[in-house]
Amino acid sequence: MKANQQDRRFSLLLKLPMYLWTIMFVFVALLYIIGLSFLSRGERIGITNEVTVSNYARLADPQYLQVMLNSLKLSVLTTLICIVIGYPFGYLMARLKPTVRSIIMLLLIVPFWTNSLIRIYGWRILLMGNGPLNTFLLNLGIISSPLKLLNTDGAVFLGMVYALIPFMILPTFTTVDKLDFSVVEAARDLGASPLRAFFTITVPLTMAGLMAGCVLVFIPSMGLFFLSDLLGGSKSVLAGNLIQNLIKSRDLPMASALSVLLLAVTGGVIALYRKAGGSAGELGLF
Amino acid sequence: MKKHSFGSLAFMSLVLLVLYLPIIVVVVYSFNDNTARIPLAFTGWSTRWYDSLFEGRGGYLDALWLSVKVALWSVLISGVIGTLGAIGMTQRALDGKRRSGWFDAVMESMVTLPIMIPEIILGLAFMVIFNALGIRGNEARLVMAHVTFCVPYVFLSVKSRLVGMDQSLFDAARDLGASSARVLRDITLPLCRPAIISGSFLALAMSMDDFVISFFVYGAGEGTLPIKIYSSVKVGVSPVVNALCSLMIAAAFIFAALSRYLGAVKKARSSRNQMGLTSE
Amino acid sequence: MSEEPILRLEGLSKDYGQGMVLHSLDLDIYPGEFLTLLGPSGCGKTTTLRLIAGLEQPTSGRVFLEGVDMTDRPPEKRPVNTVFQSYALFPHMNVFQNIAYGLKTAGVKKAEQKQRVEEALALVRLSGYEKRMPSQLSGGQRQRVAIARAVVLKPKVLLLDEPLGALDLKLRQEMQAELKRLQQQLKITFVYITHDQEEALNMSSRIIIIREGRIEQIGTPEEVYEHPKTLFAASFIGQSNLLRGTVSRYEENGELTLNVMGVSLPALSDEPRQKGERLALCLRPQRVRYGSEPQHGMNLQGIIREKTYSGGMQHTLIGLNDKLTLNAITQASELDSFPLGSMVYVGWSKQHAPLVPDSELNLDQAEGVL
Repeated sequence: MKANQQDRRFSLLLKLPMYLWTIMFVFVALLYIIGLSFLSRGERIGITNEVTVSNYARLADPQYLQVMLNSLKLSVLTTLICIVIGYPFGYLMARLKPTVRSIIMLLLIVPFWTNSLIRIYGWRILLMGNGPLNTFLLNLGIISSPLKLLNTDGAVFLGMVYALIPFMILPTFTTVDKLDFSVVEAARDLGASPLRAFFTITVPLTMAGLMAGCVLVFIPSMGLFFLSDLLGGSKSVLAGNLIQNLIKSRDLPMASALSVLLLAVTGGVIALYRKAGGSAGELGLF
Repeated sequence: MKKHSFGSLAFMSLVLLVLYLPIIVVVVYSFNDNTARIPLAFTGWSTRWYDSLFEGRGGYLDALWLSVKVALWSVLISGVIGTLGAIGMTQRALDGKRRSGWFDAVMESMVTLPIMIPEIILGLAFMVIFNALGIRGNEARLVMAHVTFCVPYVFLSVKSRLVGMDQSLFDAARDLGASSARVLRDITLPLCRPAIISGSFLALAMSMDDFVISFFVYGAGEGTLPIKIYSSVKVGVSPVVNALCSLMIAAAFIFAALSRYLGAVKKARSSRNQMGLTSE
Repeated sequence: MSEEPILRLEGLSKDYGQGMVLHSLDLDIYPGEFLTLLGPSGCGKTTTLRLIAGLEQPTSGRVFLEGVDMTDRPPEKRPVNTVFQSYALFPHMNVFQNIAYGLKTAGVKKAEQKQRVEEALALVRLSGYEKRMPSQLSGGQRQRVAIARAVVLKPKVLLLDEPLGALDLKLRQEMQAELKRLQQQLKITFVYITHDQEEALNMSSRIIIIREGRIEQIGTPEEVYEHPKTLFAASFIGQSNLLRGTVSRYEENGELTLNVMGVSLPALSDEPRQKGERLALCLRPQRVRYGSEPQHGMNLQGIIREKTYSGGMQHTLIGLNDKLTLNAITQASELDSFPLGSMVYVGWSKQHAPLVPDSELNLDQAEGVL
């Protein structure tokens, strides 16, 4: 046998388990969802075998459309706030002394290691009508009666920013850290003010991290149904809640159709990101 | 390094404070003496919830155990699959072409897809496909689902390490008489070890933390720790959870500090060796 | 060289899918040679080496070692070893383990391993470094370990891929002498790759000049230096005044006149030429002589345009007319008294100024790699 073929066979052998697994649990699974979205719900339970596009027609129904648009709005808003807070944070962090920087990195990473549901649960306690935050504000005399904080859209929004902001900070930090600051100094030397140098040099050169951060924040934000469950009461505010409710009521075809829509939005965002020059590897940092 | 203004330090501290606010609340409340059903007022210090936790009250330890078991199995399986896959994909063929073509490229984006798309989609997909395949065991369902989203972390970590590596190391081993399998054992795997470890730890954290996918995949029962917490939040979580979570947070801190310390020790040792070289 | 070649390359071609890198290369390599493949980067020399090592498979053609066809054998089953440009020392193994690796894969016994590694280390003058990790070695030491690791297996042919490329000038000169000594001591055939013509001239017993995947010229260092066969070879090896023009006079005894930018230059051809043929005269700056009197064939007139003193040598630029200038290099001890702008008589011995066919070669590009 030719040496080349032997080598090929060997690397195929190495790849094979991953390929088979991926084909089964990613490719076939997603195809299955797409197929399911073209069927419809049976009389009482189960699924009929008729092929139909009615699920997609139902997407235009105000009860779905409203939530999807609302969810989209919330995701965009979350991404924006994450940029406003996360980008400066990542930037400042990269400019710190190595020792301080590694401590802050540690402080950022440790919450990752603690359960996200626990942290959301902590917020729940904090925001309750007679919880610590209201008590604190009452004692300071800023408010005279407890504010309704929990079970509001604001609480969901807070939870989303809270859960996703590390995904903006870390890629920003990485790109700022890699940036050769002599180019910024060159800009200053050529007469740019600090602010001008920041916006004309630093920001464009760290765009890759910023874009990766946006993708990493925006995409999961549409599916985090447990956030609105735990912080927003029983109202459906996210696309994820809609899907979850449909699964609960066993309308799998409609749930699939919504998932396909979500998948399409995700694909669109990633395609946009790629087109803008982003690499998939950058997204895999975490 | 440029000196930071007071404003920027205050900003960073504030963000970190907000990041830790709920964690602090959880830890403080784990020591709350209040035994009301929804114990909001802090009435004094006590370790009663820790005692109940270790008595196994509320089934939280069982849930934690399930989470750990699923995570370990998932990391083990995905570690093997992802590492070998990354090595197979980056291996250069003797005809000088790195890839066997479009199929590998498609597969690569397919492999990383699970961590790119909203988790709820995968949750639904696993649910229907496991039902269709007739896979009923909760643990098997959880492990299969978790392996699928753990593979990308291991794969990406190992791949980025391999891509940055000098290809001639593998050529040299072949040139010195090692077969492909032997190069894998003697050279590739040892050199990938740090990447395999860090990818596996990331996968472990993600598996332990996963709620959305596990929630859809899991059938009847108490569930993993995140599922257990979710389902009990609305009825009012027992402060036992606070105790458990505080312990987990402490463990996370100890682990992180330890790995930093070990890293520092290793660094010091290697720099000492370097100095030994120059002094001779 | 009437013996059997140790290594024979037959019609070797390589195409990575973006055009041919190697065009049907034929080459015989004889036992004990120090053969250098010389050419600019991207000319196909590294590919040739990898094809010999088996690290790549040819698109077509065959590789024979001592008459045995190696083409389909994987690299681990070929009795040749390589010293890589990046050294490729295994970073997780110490010096001993690195050198012993090939012996281990060959199943050599522990005791013999130890003895042979010690010998190899002594050979490269690194005895006592067994326990060092590659990261604790200097560049030159890594280089020696890489050589020891390859020669410990007593290969039939040792392949060296720009092994000195990463070293600084002084260390490089030291290692050149060391490699020559090693080769004589070990009596192994060396196939050496470099883009550094000086290195090639210093070390080789034979030089193969490669350009764009084709052999341009084969010969001893002296042959390729003194008698370049092509314009590329002339421009790539050493410095030259390349004077491109047309034959305006040709006589049976080989004497001819080359018209270059309106100046008639005397030349001697060892081949029959045609009037009107385009040729290039390769004149080494060291061969240019000039003086105040027209003697010994110094019949041309020129004007001193520029003078530069550099390390014992005097570089002079002599204008033969408005367009044509010559570079001359003389010993600075004969520091001439000619001031800038003075008129001199210029000439050279015709035997030392070979003629090559003029080609479309872009000289700026060729000189860029020097």
